[in-house]
Amino acid sequence: MITLEKIQSLLPFANAVENKGDIFTTAIPADNFLEAATILKDGGFDYLRDIVGIDNGESLGVVLSISSTEHPEAIVMLKTLTVDRENPRLASVKDLWLSAALYEREVHDFFGIRFEGNPDMRRLFLRQDWKGFPLRKDYDDNLEINPIPTENEDLDALENLPEIDVNSEKSFEKQHSIFEKEEYVVNFGPQHPATHGVLHLRVSLEGEVIKKIDPNFGYIHRGIEKISEVYTYPQILHLTDRLDYLSGTINRHAVCLAVERGLELEVPERAHYIRTIIDELTRIASHLLGWGCMCMDMGAITAFVYGMRDREKIMDIFEETCGGRLMANYSTIGGVMMDLHPNFQRKVREFIPYMRKMLKEHHLLFTGNPIARGRMNGVGKLSREDAVSLGATGPVGRASGWSNDTRKKEPYAVYAKADFSEILREGGMTFDRYIIRLDEIEESLKIVEQLIDNIPEGSYSAKTKAIIKLPEGEYFQRVENARGEFCVFIDSRGDKYPYRIHFRSPSMTLVNVLKHITPGTKIADLIMLGGSLDYVIPCIDR
Amino acid sequence: MFHFKQLTEWLDAFLRQYLNEGWTLFVEFLLVGAVILTVYAVLALLLIWTERKICAFFQCRLGPTRVGPFGLLQSVADVIKILLKEIIRLNHVDQRLFRIAGFLVIIASLCTFGAIPFDKGLHAIDFNIGVFYLLAVSSLGVVGILLAGWSSNSKYTMIGAMRSGAQLISYELSCGLSLMTIVILSGTMQLSQIVEMQSTGWFIFKGGIPAIIAFVVYLIAGHAETNRGPFDLPEAESELTAGYHTEYSGIQFGFFYLAEYLNMFIIAAIAATMFLGGWMPLHVTGWDGLNQVMDYIPPVVWFFGKTFFCIFIALWVRWSFPRLRIDQLLKLEWKILMPISFVNIILMAVWVLLFN
Repeated sequence: MITLEKIQSLLPFANAVENKGDIFTTAIPADNFLEAATILKDGGFDYLRDIVGIDNGESLGVVLSISSTEHPEAIVMLKTLTVDRENPRLASVKDLWLSAALYEREVHDFFGIRFEGNPDMRRLFLRQDWKGFPLRKDYDDNLEINPIPTENEDLDALENLPEIDVNSEKSFEKQHSIFEKEEYVVNFGPQHPATHGVLHLRVSLEGEVIKKIDPNFGYIHRGIEKISEVYTYPQILHLTDRLDYLSGTINRHAVCLAVERGLELEVPERAHYIRTIIDELTRIASHLLGWGCMCMDMGAITAFVYGMRDREKIMDIFEETCGGRLMANYSTIGGVMMDLHPNFQRKVREFIPYMRKMLKEHHLLFTGNPIARGRMNGVGKLSREDAVSLGATGPVGRASGWSNDTRKKEPYAVYAKADFSEILREGGMTFDRYIIRLDEIEESLKIVEQLIDNIPEGSYSAKTKAIIKLPEGEYFQRVENARGEFCVFIDSRGDKYPYRIHFRSPSMTLVNVLKHITPGTKIADLIMLGGSLDYVIPCIDR
Repeated sequence: MFHFKQLTEWLDAFLRQYLNEGWTLFVEFLLVGAVILTVYAVLALLLIWTERKICAFFQCRLGPTRVGPFGLLQSVADVIKILLKEIIRLNHVDQRLFRIAGFLVIIASLCTFGAIPFDKGLHAIDFNIGVFYLLAVSSLGVVGILLAGWSSNSKYTMIGAMRSGAQLISYELSCGLSLMTIVILSGTMQLSQIVEMQSTGWFIFKGGIPAIIAFVVYLIAGHAETNRGPFDLPEAESELTAGYHTEYSGIQFGFFYLAEYLNMFIIAAIAATMFLGGWMPLHVTGWDGLNQVMDYIPPVVWFFGKTFFCIFIALWVRWSFPRLRIDQLLKLEWKILMPISFVNIILMAVWVLLFN
């Protein structure tokens, strides 16, 4: 167990440690920030969930959300801030957690905070020539400052990595580049059949072998976090479906739970059951598509069509109940949008045996296929340590033996009542990541099977006020979406709009995993590994 | 029994009544060329339609249904579309090689097509080194593919072309070696004679185990030669978008597309000719009743039936298996198929010495 005393004893220079449930919040002076992070890392906090930047008006700050894999229920929110708005600097924690470098780039992109020691301070989502930092409160969105671009982004601008030299007295900017001049660099994307969206991978090749890879995001960046700052909470819900569109209902569930927690709203039991069933159906649909796409990345188009065919059944069920297929738009604050369709329970009951039968067919078609096994064997090893350090949650982390299922570790909705097991595999190979999705479909079917006959009668939604104002404070909610841990961080100042809302994207870390496991593999493996990680680009770009 | 030989001989005699030697030959050449081109195009359309239908049924779909009965006219519509499409002129390509490449591919495919015996006498090119000619001409296509990839001046096409070169040249060996096994059995390289010799039993039955091994090796290697199925690395869609023909548009792309389908047909037709008796009906020595019944089915039907059987196997494989990786692909050829083929040739020689 992680207690308040333990955290306090670990961090003597912390101003004060607050405790709300399992979340321990503490503010650290910027000078002691790196030291505090190091102490926590050495104290067993090996999983950096996210780095959230915040503009407090007079100061700029970051919040590190850190957990320990041994006690995943506890979260430490490590805060620090700098008052220098002109030239804000903080120490980089990239040596402690592999995932940190990418998160710091995101914070730098939106808030302009430079992290000393991070060698890669390019913008992450916006163009390299963008002026200003959009998530700052004093950002000027005048079109004259940042006109609509009429020309392509200069690829050379992506080459130079600005860095701050900490050792030098004056701390001037160093520049160095990723690829050597004579390297054979091929652009995979932004428009490419295998990048599953508009992801841009710059790949350095030596014949067929990959030497280095540099992912470039932002081609479908919509600024959802910025838009959300002028949207009311019910309006924000509609944007969440469009983050990771394949697990839209689950993302929406997270925001609903966070706001309900803030409002201390009593949600009817029926709504909890419905949400859980819909979430699990979404997970099945997403895993089917993920499985199909991975097979297609290996060249088996028939398998892809099989996956789509079975997914279609779930889409039909959604259409009848929610009106939407891909974007179900179903959960609302306090419950769900409308009651279940009369056919819903019957159709879901029919779907469960159908899906079990089809899973066998999927195994027959692809799992035992000698070419498929030959392709997947011995490629793309991700060790447990790397998975934790990279923050690769979800099926990818579980395939490496990291037990990280939020449904088990911090049960929400009615997961505590359902009897299911968390699938864990030890190998961390491509085949483990492949098979774990099919096994998880089976577990999800088990959950749905248990819940579908026991949906309690009653109201499907609690009454809420016409205007929802969240009391002042910070709210954090994590859920398990089809790709990993999806988190919502809301900083409310008592208004009907959030002061700052941040979504943790599980996909972003998965692309980072790709960067770590591909060097040395072949082009064909790169595509297959991308499929096995199953990232969704709009979730990364937000 | 009606054979096409009667028709061709009648035509020859008819022309000779009115024209002298040279003109007769000239008119005949024109006619043969026209017929081959027409059959080539029609077969390609039919094959595209067949593949779409069969693939659709493998994938729980219906395939084309709207244009014509059972969607039969769909590929005709596609051809009209592809003919009307703009041929995009690219600035950074090697213009001359870029244009020649497509023609090289289709010429290689057409030359091979001409050597296939469809029926007795329905056979445009028939020399005593028929098998050798087939192998020689069909391997010209790789030059076109390499040129296409190289002259496009793009990294994707370059990788595709290099993969293609490595793959086609490797698999050519197994292809040739397995055909050589049959040449050992038959003792001739002339295709018409090879078919005639199978009147008492197809080579796959006559040749015993070595012939069956050669047949399987030929199907695998031949399938790889067509750049399809689990061997479609040169145009691996999910990796290289379209491989060596990424930069082509309109009918220039159509040439590659057409050649791809016809190569599938040619490989199947050669398999049918060399192993399954070509247009020769199924004969079992001693069963005269059966032999007579079989003779009533026209030879052309036999030929196309056998060919489509081989094509169906190719499609079946293509739509069930994922793609190989380049190192696995080359390993399969150099470490598995080729040693098997070498041993098989010796086995066949022993077989011939013992039983014939």
